[in-house]
Amino acid sequence: MTSGEQNTSVSVAMVGSGGAGVMTSGNMMLEAATKAGLYGLMTRTVGPQIRGGEAAALLRLASHPVHCVNDTFDILVAVDWKGAERFAGEVPLGPDSLIVTDPATGDIPEILTASGARVVEVSIGELAASVEGGRANMVILGLVAALIGFDEEPINKIIAKKLGKKGDDAVKASREAVSAGYEAAAEIKSPVMVSPTQGDKKDRWLISGNQAAGFGALSGGIRFVAAYPITPATEVLEWMSPNLPKVGGTLVQAEDELASINMAIGASFGGRPSLTATSGPGLSLMMEGIGLAVSSETPVVIVNVMRGGPSTGVPTKSEQTDLNIAVYGLHGDAPHIVTAPTSVEDCIFTTQWSVHLAEAMQTAAIVLSDQFMGQASAIIDPPANISFMAQRLVEPDPQEGYLRYKVTADGVSPMTLPGTPGGQYTADGLEHNTKGLPSTLMEDHRDQMDKRDRKVAEFNYGNHWADIEGDENCETVVLTWGSTTNAVREGLERLSAEGIKCKLVAMRLLSPAVPEQFDQALDGAKRVLVVEQSHSGQFLKLLRANYDMPGEIRSFRRPGPLIIRPGEIIDTIKAWRDQ
Amino acid sequence: MNELALNKFKASDYKSSLKPVWCPGCGDYHVLLSITQALTKLQLKPENTAVISGIGCSSRIPAYTNSYGFHTIHGRGLAVATGVKVARPELTVIAAGGDGDGFSIGGNHFLHACRRNTDMTYIVMDNEVYGMTKGQPSPTTDPSWDSALSPGGTGLSPFHPLVIALASGANFIARTFSGDVKRTASIIADAIEHPGFSFVQILSPCVTFRPDQKVWKKQVHKAMVEETDDPARAARRLMSDDGFNTGILYRGIRKPYRFSCEDEKGDITEIQKQFEV
Repeated sequence: MTSGEQNTSVSVAMVGSGGAGVMTSGNMMLEAATKAGLYGLMTRTVGPQIRGGEAAALLRLASHPVHCVNDTFDILVAVDWKGAERFAGEVPLGPDSLIVTDPATGDIPEILTASGARVVEVSIGELAASVEGGRANMVILGLVAALIGFDEEPINKIIAKKLGKKGDDAVKASREAVSAGYEAAAEIKSPVMVSPTQGDKKDRWLISGNQAAGFGALSGGIRFVAAYPITPATEVLEWMSPNLPKVGGTLVQAEDELASINMAIGASFGGRPSLTATSGPGLSLMMEGIGLAVSSETPVVIVNVMRGGPSTGVPTKSEQTDLNIAVYGLHGDAPHIVTAPTSVEDCIFTTQWSVHLAEAMQTAAIVLSDQFMGQASAIIDPPANISFMAQRLVEPDPQEGYLRYKVTADGVSPMTLPGTPGGQYTADGLEHNTKGLPSTLMEDHRDQMDKRDRKVAEFNYGNHWADIEGDENCETVVLTWGSTTNAVREGLERLSAEGIKCKLVAMRLLSPAVPEQFDQALDGAKRVLVVEQSHSGQFLKLLRANYDMPGEIRSFRRPGPLIIRPGEIIDTIKAWRDQ
Repeated sequence: MNELALNKFKASDYKSSLKPVWCPGCGDYHVLLSITQALTKLQLKPENTAVISGIGCSSRIPAYTNSYGFHTIHGRGLAVATGVKVARPELTVIAAGGDGDGFSIGGNHFLHACRRNTDMTYIVMDNEVYGMTKGQPSPTTDPSWDSALSPGGTGLSPFHPLVIALASGANFIARTFSGDVKRTASIIADAIEHPGFSFVQILSPCVTFRPDQKVWKKQVHKAMVEETDDPARAARRLMSDDGFNTGILYRGIRKPYRFSCEDEKGDITEIQKQFEV
């Protein structure tokens, strides 16, 4: 993107070692953009260190909704370059990009200068030092705000709001440091501007994917959460902890993930819609418990925010590689639900829907979010009201001969809750008969398996199984899931503007399979591109195992942490068409 | 409650019609009887009690009662029971299981259930052996006990559940012998009534894999001590006992953990305001 061109969005990276405060600067910039009625997305990349490691706030602002990282960054401002080489590969620049560097903090990593980006030196540290109590992160906030076309006034308002409780001196120091940044920016020709006047001043929400998942869960009726901290899922739990009591719910911190899943199952058996949140290693530990929920037909929701695996893997960075364990990780034949949000905003809908599914079908639902959207903050339009709620089929007045696991047409049996006279039964992970009594009989095993399978396989998921966009009669279909959806969506929108029409099918329901809907969505496809962030192609294999896919199939995939970008999808599709 | 005449519930009202899988002579029959007698003594409505277990011979117990039950997975009974109690504080929650289930695979939950001090009762039927898998040493087995899995014995010191319960914060600690049904029932009733986490170790012989335990009924003896709420005194008492002392060995005064789980209140639209900038 060059100066003077009609800018659709601006991408800025603020870089500094941990503690430099670049995340604070990024959050303030995002809040100012929200106030201005712009849209935006801020992701972050951090090292494994608790404090002091490399960190970058990656912002993209626009006058239209943005959900993914752009192909290149327009502006990169560094407080310092400590450890920057460890993520420089995640911040691609181009010849039109601008790097603002403080000459006192050392050399720019070669991978960045190799892009041919213009380099401008600003003595950020000295400017900060010239203000009493001034900090470099406030200087770069001023620099960035000025470079992308923001007036100083709204930035000052955000500073007063955010730092007011630290006292007048802190506010004054930050404002002066921001001013110093503005003055320094006056000398620099900006490559790109997104004027806040482009914003429509409409009310927007500023929310992270993890908060959105928590909010969706609460909206769907979750009233008990068992929690064990794990990166990058902890914010789901930390958001829910103070908010659950506001609606009569509670959160218990468990001793480990084995306890958290089983506490959630216990609370749900007691009648409260229940949830836990975790990431790969925790999900591995929970598997046996999830099987218990399936067998005992106790509803439970597990929000799993994926990070790089296997084992401890890459805890702070995103990947889509818990798909296999979520779908196939349970021993025995254990029908359950696996869903995935398709954006930060969709974390609300998909989690709320998943609560509904788990409760309606009395089974486990695993929601596969990921670090990218979980820890990204987005400016979104206030979401429409979602009607899905926890609605469990409860038997309030059991009669003589009540059968907890009665074989029914849709496979769902009315459940009594403790306290209901005459409804006593023992929930069990052992195979059981209709009464709930342990059974090893072939007929009981078959009937109960049929019932558990039927309720999940024959449920009406409506059109929520996937987001389907684009023309009906496209020969090229791109299949994807999770946060990768957003890069594909933007890539296809840009292709469409060039006259190349493709169809997007972003699957929200990963298990069970919905072959009829899938066949209809892919009818007539000649080229099917499967996009995912996985080394082994877990999504491709899931599709191949469950669906008859038409046409020629290709896979675009790579492991984390480098996020898939719209331009890569565009290039892949163009190259394929040109063959 | 009004329509309930005193002693309306008989011990048989707390028992299901299901025939246990236990071997003839198993101590767990007596434990089942003691639990139903304790519930009779307290006149708790069967539907207002929940019996939650893990996996093992003794963990089969929920289905033999007429309570709401959950026969969960190996080692996780306490975690499920905690969830039930938090979600439904008005219920009487009894967790039950064996020594392998509770002290080996479920050991971490045991520590933290004691520490959390949720108002529930945990009954461990301790026979110092894995019976369901046909005779392997458990954490409470004597180091020299010979078995196919550990020929010549494990050589490991046995776990001392009562000391660990005390150190971890359990609020009521007792040991009984399954054969003494009257006393066991009385202690279980006390455990249920005592606020917080109550732990009852019941020496319950395995006649099949530990026929040597037949002598237990001669070895057990009433603890010749006063009840105490002093953890230091209880610790000295537990550290020096012979493993056959029976009675209430500690009755603490810690406040149970309070979870606030209420009926629906508040409005989600208030909560969403925090996302509006």
